[in-house]
Amino acid sequence: MSEEYIEAIRKKFGNLILDETVSNNETYLTIKKDDAVHICDYLYHTLRSALLSMFATDERARDGCFKIHYVFSCKGDAFIIIQIKIEENLPKFTTLTHKIPSANWYEREIQDMFGLVPVGHPDPRRLIHFEDWPAGLYPLRKDFDIRTKPERVKGEYIYRRVEGEGVYEIPVGPVHAGVIEPGHFRFSVAGEPILNLEIRLFYTHKGVEKLFETMSIDKAVFLAERVSGDNSAAHAVAFCQAVEKLAGIDIPPRAKYIRTILLELERIYNHLGDIAGIATDVAYPFGAAHANRSKELMMQLNEKLTGSRLLRGMNAIGGVRRDIGDKKEMISKELDSLQKDFRELMELLVSSPSVADRIETTGRISTEIAKGLHVVGPVGRASGIDSDIRRDHPYAAYPKLEFKVPVSKEGDVNARTNVRADEVYESITLIRQALSRLHEGEIRKDSGKIPDGCALGYTESPRGETFYWVHISNGRIERCKVRDPSFCNWLAIEYAVLDNIVPDFPIINKSLSLSYSGNDM
Amino acid sequence: MTVEDEMEIMGQRLHEKIKNIFGRSLSIREVDAGSCNGCEVEVNALSNPIYDMERFGIHIVASPRHADMLLVTGPVTRNMELALLKTYNATPDPKLVAAMGSCACNGGIFGETYASGSGVDRFMPVDVYIPGCPPRPQAIIFGLMVAIDKLEQKIRKLEVKA
Ligand code: SF4
Repeated sequence: MSEEYIEAIRKKFGNLILDETVSNNETYLTIKKDDAVHICDYLYHTLRSALLSMFATDERARDGCFKIHYVFSCKGDAFIIIQIKIEENLPKFTTLTHKIPSANWYEREIQDMFGLVPVGHPDPRRLIHFEDWPAGLYPLRKDFDIRTKPERVKGEYIYRRVEGEGVYEIPVGPVHAGVIEPGHFRFSVAGEPILNLEIRLFYTHKGVEKLFETMSIDKAVFLAERVSGDNSAAHAVAFCQAVEKLAGIDIPPRAKYIRTILLELERIYNHLGDIAGIATDVAYPFGAAHANRSKELMMQLNEKLTGSRLLRGMNAIGGVRRDIGDKKEMISKELDSLQKDFRELMELLVSSPSVADRIETTGRISTEIAKGLHVVGPVGRASGIDSDIRRDHPYAAYPKLEFKVPVSKEGDVNARTNVRADEVYESITLIRQALSRLHEGEIRKDSGKIPDGCALGYTESPRGETFYWVHISNGRIERCKVRDPSFCNWLAIEYAVLDNIVPDFPIINKSLSLSYSGNDM
Repeated sequence: MTVEDEMEIMGQRLHEKIKNIFGRSLSIREVDAGSCNGCEVEVNALSNPIYDMERFGIHIVASPRHADMLLVTGPVTRNMELALLKTYNATPDPKLVAAMGSCACNGGIFGETYASGSGVDRFMPVDVYIPGCPPRPQAIIFGLMVAIDKLEQKIRKLEVKA
């Protein structure tokens, strides 16, 4: 449990802790602003806790200050949340990025959305707002009206420059040639090899976190489903679990199993899509057609079970809306044929030398880089990071089920493909186990009035750990921090492409399976 | 009726229309103007072997300069607005604009915020609206048929003027 971690912190920093509260498996430690860096550094480097999320809240109305929260994961299913207070008249805090590289984007996000400045940040440019956004406007401050339409001002975005003889730039996007989401990539190349890549995202920023604050809790579940559309179930369950946790609702066992089945169905169709994408990009259309066909059949199954090809509308606070228990047979029949087809597909893929040639050693991410950036999900696992929320911080029916977490060390496109393939088999086993244990019973508990409080909710989506931190006050959402796995993984692409050739970029990109919408929100 | 049968019937009708009007394929440029990516999942599904829309004469092109139609998804975010307008201006006339998904139709669940623009028709003329969140592949095909009927009317008007 977190006890030994807290004990260690108390021993070393006892006098710095101003306040300590515990709720469920979350321990909140309030400390003096200037000491955050030391304690976070200690948690990260000495106690080896991962920084899972970092965000700010505007609590000026209640406590007269802003707060910044650093969420760390501990062994034994516990979390430590370090909190610091920031006065409005001194809106600054010391950057953590030099100590924990994965703090980089969180701090820039806090700067854009709250106007709190990370002093000493290595890259203090804007992240979410573009250059035409006026200075001094911070959307997540409580006094910012969501419907404000700020004028466009003149400004310039400075890209990193790589100079030298024969070095030239290739700008790509935001509107791409294929049917994918918008983002801008700027390559610096010398001939074919990529010397530098700078990504620029947030084209699809819609103001989702601010929107959460305007919605009733029940409606917010639908918004969570649309943060990253192809990970609807994972987002909805993470949000629901946060609310259920703070309200002390233990959902019925049958609902837990149904949620688990939905989450694994989501993983299967996403992984099939990613494998199809990789096959397309290595010019192996036969494999791509094969995988895309399987994906379509799974999406049709989704629709038969839930009414939605993307598994939407099923989750609700307190359980699920619709029972799928009467369709057990249909599900297991589909899984049988999927398993057979998928095995054939993977045999084809691994036995094709032209595929191996394109994906082996391509787009390598070392374990060291992956750790530093906190790369999550199958991409992290393919780079040797053995973590999976389903096992490390279990939820829904996962504690009752058996499954393996595939890990590989290579960190290339090949490893990412294989990890996903192994996960498809694991998902099939998980669904089979869940189906066999689906006992009769209710599927939803009345949630009643949700009490005030805050809690973390989390799932392992097909892309990796997905976090929600929800704060409810007077039955309304006061703050909802969403952390999609892509927010962690995007920066890895800048490393993965180095020394690779431009034509391999699409394969590397596909193998990382990054969500733009989930990242931009 | 299976999905395949539905597709066969709708696809053949669509194919007829496309052949009559264009005498070649209908070229579409898809623009994600801030979608949640759910709509893209369904546009991509149209290319899988079960729907395989290319056989009915629907072709996704890489550049707006080669497009007859823009298929726009998402509520049009502040950060995508300029890119969308540039893409629109780069598409040759007479062109069609289809707003696909609830977001593109009227902002959907995101609606009007500081960063989201409540639908494509605030920014450019829209010829067809394809509702749904996301619309099923069959609904997209149906929307395309309606769009082509509209184009026929547009061309007639141009001819009358000439
Ligand atoms: S209409 Fe629905 S699926 Fe399409 S982009 Fe909007 S929220 Fe996503």
